Amino acid sequence: MNDPVRPLPRTDEFDTQEFWAGTKEKEFRYQQCRNCDTVIFYARRHCTGCVDGDLEWKIASGRATLYTYSVVRQSYHPFFRNQVPYAVAWIDLEEGPRILSNVVGVSDPLKDIHIGMRLELEWEEHDALCIPLFRPSTESS
Amino acid sequence: MSQKRDAAIVGIHEYPSRDVEGEVSPLQIKAESAAIALADAGLTWSDVDAIYDAGEGGGMAGLTMAEYFGLSPRVINTTNVGGSSYEYHAAHASRDIKAGKARVALLTYGSTAHSNARAIGVGGRGGASMHPAENMDAYAGMTLIANYAMVAHRHMHEYGTTSEQLAEISVATRMHAMRNPEAVKAMEDLEFLDIRETTIADVVNSRMIADPLHLLECCMISDGGGAVVIAAPEVARNCKKPPVWILGSGEATKYPMNGGDITTSAAAQSGPLAFAEAGVTPAEIDVAMIYDSFSITVLALLEDLGFCPKGEGGRWVEGGRLRFDRPSDGPALNTDGGGLSSNHPGMRGIFLLLEATRQLRGESTAQVADAKLAIAHGNGGMLGSRHAAGTIILGSD
Ligand SMILES: [Zn+2]
Repeated sequence: MNDPVRPLPRTDEFDTQEFWAGTKEKEFRYQQCRNCDTVIFYARRHCTGCVDGDLEWKIASGRATLYTYSVVRQSYHPFFRNQVPYAVAWIDLEEGPRILSNVVGVSDPLKDIHIGMRLELEWEEHDALCIPLFRPSTESS
Repeated sequence: MSQKRDAAIVGIHEYPSRDVEGEVSPLQIKAESAAIALADAGLTWSDVDAIYDAGEGGGMAGLTMAEYFGLSPRVINTTNVGGSSYEYHAAHASRDIKAGKARVALLTYGSTAHSNARAIGVGGRGGASMHPAENMDAYAGMTLIANYAMVAHRHMHEYGTTSEQLAEISVATRMHAMRNPEAVKAMEDLEFLDIRETTIADVVNSRMIADPLHLLECCMISDGGGAVVIAAPEVARNCKKPPVWILGSGEATKYPMNGGDITTSAAAQSGPLAFAEAGVTPAEIDVAMIYDSFSITVLALLEDLGFCPKGEGGRWVEGGRLRFDRPSDGPALNTDGGGLSSNHPGMRGIFLLLEATRQLRGESTAQVADAKLAIAHGNGGMLGSRHAAGTIILGSD
């Protein structure tokens, strides 16, 4: 039997397929409206800020800040039950998008993670795409 | 100020069992609860001309439930916004009755979540999906509890809220549950380890499920259901029990927004709408039935509904303020024992209406002396990401 794997997104979902296609190139793609400057994330075909939107794709730097998090101690999911304790977090990209992801690359998620900490993007490679995860920033602030 | 008297809750029933051992279906729970609620009002099936249903019994809910009940309603409403659906149903029934479209409205709920062994709190959150939001979220392994825990963490970070303060909500709710024989039976049937009043230390020393939320800050997963009958004033005046008037309502949604404030919920919109329509203020409320999926849910919602300023909820709930026997301190919280200690089969919103009605009739097992005004606030979906809020203000004559 194969080891259980992380649930992976569909690459054919109408709105988010461009984002997931970008991950294969290790690009964090998001949209911004040329007309009203609204940042759109998750991706959509329409602008949520104006009705004559003109969306363009941009690439985020990967620099981010931890908005909030929880360390999961108990999960019944076949993959995640073996990952506990792990950190789920809302993470704010420098350019504006807020994404739900995991904080990785810490020796003890119960001690080494705190709200407001600087993070950077790390890609977890899979066959059809990469998963965006976040680790503590190595840049000096 | 003259309050609206457009529609009233006239009949209620809470299905007593929280563990049907797989021997009763959700549809049967809905129908049995409906019949008893109608009898409670002194009405019968043929009086019902409007049904409101969240669809938990299956697809095409308006059609299938009309047939199952054997009714021919002239108003059918199948709003589903998760656990807050029943506050929406009460609001829409009130509106439909005022408009003359309906005279007697029936709301029902039935669930066998416990018998089905649904790991609601710690299961995986779906999977990859053709819905874009789910297709973005599934990979992160967020459990339901972790979703709410992220709100608690941010609340602690911004306002200095402590686990001890959050525990006040669990302690008050359990105290109320111990006075409610159905809640005690529920905890026995669901094999709670220690069925007694709790202390703050008990709560903060219970097992951490998703930081910073402990086991005793999480709701149970039960079977259950119930029914509410709402009627026009001319019907309500002739029912068996005193009417409980729907004075105001509010609705709202909230979802992740880039740069948004996760500690403020949709209640910040729905609450003021409901209070304004009812012409009352939070300070006048005797009983607060607030959706207690988790301790943090109640804390954030109390703030958003205006019982205290945003960020001060932790200090506000200290010292047992939410107990039923401290009416001078503000409203009593979840006097049936709440989702934490009495009943949570997945969508708890109907029970908020049921216990608020019992309080305003003087029928609660943790009766607030001379209760005149109650709030029922449902939160559907997930507080830490996307959720819907439904607020109802209720008053006795
Ligand atoms: Zn725009």
